[in-house]
Amino acid sequence: MIEQVFREQWARVLASLVGFLGDFDLAEDACQDAFAIAAERWSRERPPENPVAWLIATARNRAIDRLRRERTLAAKTRTLELLAATPDMVDAAPEDIVDDPLIPDERLELIFCCCHPALAIEAQVALTLRALAGLSTQEIADAFLVSPETMKRRLSRAKTKITATGIPFAVPEDHALPDRLAAVLAVVYLIFNQGYAGRVDLAAEAIRLGRALATLMPDESEVLGLLALMVLVDARRDARLRGDELVLLADQDRSLWDTERIGEGRAVLDRALSLGGRGAYVLQAAIASLHCSEPVDWPQVTALYGELAAATGSPVVDLNRAVALAQAGCPQAALEIVDGLELDDYRYLHSTRGELLARLKRPQEARAAYLRALELAFSEPERRFLRRRLSEL
Amino acid sequence: MQYALLIYERPGAYDGLSEAEQEAITGEYMTISRDDQVVAGAHLQPAATATTVRVQDGKSVMTDGPFAETKEVFGGYFVAQADNLDAALALAERIPAIRMGGSVEVRPVVEHPA
Repeated sequence: MIEQVFREQWARVLASLVGFLGDFDLAEDACQDAFAIAAERWSRERPPENPVAWLIATARNRAIDRLRRERTLAAKTRTLELLAATPDMVDAAPEDIVDDPLIPDERLELIFCCCHPALAIEAQVALTLRALAGLSTQEIADAFLVSPETMKRRLSRAKTKITATGIPFAVPEDHALPDRLAAVLAVVYLIFNQGYAGRVDLAAEAIRLGRALATLMPDESEVLGLLALMVLVDARRDARLRGDELVLLADQDRSLWDTERIGEGRAVLDRALSLGGRGAYVLQAAIASLHCSEPVDWPQVTALYGELAAATGSPVVDLNRAVALAQAGCPQAALEIVDGLELDDYRYLHSTRGELLARLKRPQEARAAYLRALELAFSEPERRFLRRRLSEL
Repeated sequence: MQYALLIYERPGAYDGLSEAEQEAITGEYMTISRDDQVVAGAHLQPAATATTVRVQDGKSVMTDGPFAETKEVFGGYFVAQADNLDAALALAERIPAIRMGGSVEVRPVVEHPA
């Protein structure tokens, strides 16, 4: 129970502390102190009415204690000045200020800070998982297959850059918001897509982040679009693998689809559409929703991919459009699209060509395409899948 | 915080521009230099006028031209007092060099305690 509260409240508490102190490292240390005190205390007695407020108040007090001990450090001078301006907080016991209704939710500020484009994308991802999802450095290191020391350095460098370069702890102004929000959503989606690489359940973390964002920005259609997309894709998760083997949509066991999740994803998608959303995530969610229907409306999927390709200019989207077009009964037209794409290093281009050529009864060329895809494949289930296709030619 | 906006230009970026176009660009630079946030700045003469000094075998040696051949040449800078990195970046985005094949590097200036 305590662990649950911790995972859910970590971001709230950390965001409040970063906002209060303007120092990421100090905020994180103080939060860890507060959660440790809570873990010890709440195992003996009932948790307070408002655990978040109690944690924030305790963490603030711990931060002030730490600052007093380090008072001589010049680097902390500015923070101390800031604290001097809020004397009423300094000596208050947590119990006295837990009822403060003015403890704002500053998680959005924290997300925009962690996903600032001045940080390298790996740093944005790691920092988001640490600060917003509350994962430990060890867990993040495991998820990205790097040593804990490497991950610790990556996080520490990012936090230093935030402080040293004055990356603001703020929601961007309107003129910058679309681009900056796109950066945030890209980070969340990147985390989601790592999820299927296995180990720590990053897909679940990304969905949790998506839900938090949807609560914080309920009128942004792309936020809802991304959440809907992730939930709809995740709903078919159990059906995508049979043992270790990849299973194509057409061969998936529909009884393994999570119908409750599909319903949830579609409800979120409907909200996004009702806001007039036609952005890249909304379109992808609409496509994912169609994929969950029986039979799939392939002409409609093809049209949505066409719209998505126009919006993104991405050849990968064109490749998907070709696949949908083939499913709609036009493999020859699909092959013409595929052959016009400059994606020679992309394994799915070649596996798709293989499928199309096989359907068009051109086994020699199909074989060459599958072999090229096999060269480029980088997971064992993928390689097994391609070998199976080759043997079926 | 104070930020240095280091301006790198693509050599030949001004080639082929009419006098009026060049004046318009100069005008943009002048507008930025009058921005309330800008506290200092300089536009350097072309790289061909540079002399580089370094020490070799304990003796200082002068050479003609900039230190290294690069695709971009340091052409000038602004120092700005900005609320945060976003404000400094917004200022950097207005510098004409970035749409003429150059770039602007934004770096915070070390602040010494008074």
